[in-house]
Amino acid sequence: MTIELRRASFEPLVELGRYQVSQGELQGRYGATAIFVGTMRDFNDGEPVRGMTLEHYPGMTERHLQQIVETATQKWSLLDALVIHRVGELRPNDPIVLVAVWSTHRAAAFAACRFIMEELKSKAPFWKREDAATGTRWVEHNTPG
Amino acid sequence: MGIQVKYFASLRDRLGRAEDRLAATEGMTVAAVWAALWPKTPLPPNTLTAVNMEYASLEQSVRDGDEVAFFPPVTGG
Repeated sequence: MTIELRRASFEPLVELGRYQVSQGELQGRYGATAIFVGTMRDFNDGEPVRGMTLEHYPGMTERHLQQIVETATQKWSLLDALVIHRVGELRPNDPIVLVAVWSTHRAAAFAACRFIMEELKSKAPFWKREDAATGTRWVEHNTPG
Repeated sequence: MGIQVKYFASLRDRLGRAEDRLAATEGMTVAAVWAALWPKTPLPPNTLTAVNMEYASLEQSVRDGDEVAFFPPVTGG
């Protein structure tokens, strides 16, 4: 299980491939990989958005991501999980988050991937500040899943 | 040593600072920490609170050495 916060832009599918081959214990054992990638849009609330800053609470954010993944491994039989989340300055089209889950069969992978993402959205301390046409503004709440 | 207090995101911007420090009193709660530091500012609705990086209620008691955080709803992912 791996949790990472990144200050610089990353390529989710490159990261996924690299991670998957680097995990020796996965080889030959997984039958299902479920992934979610969240990407920055160039609009929100009906307004163009030029950029975004992602703030976090150093220490608490990592701890909660870890706890969320641990809870998922207790609920489902998982072989591995990877969560990468951006912090800092983002531009439209930049990936924000990658959640990848490996399991023997698809049901656990699908369910755990969704669970991790929804828990992350509601519990992990991150805050988005958008640079919109009318100035910068804090995003007040997440959209329902 | 005291209690280390942290504010994040829109709440920090509103308050104009990111951190505070105060000495704990006997039986002090998270709500009392806020009231001691911001006697004229009610805690904004929907504010989340954490003690030592775990979510906590306003009634949770705190002591010297603890880290208390106040922040708006989270919007990651």
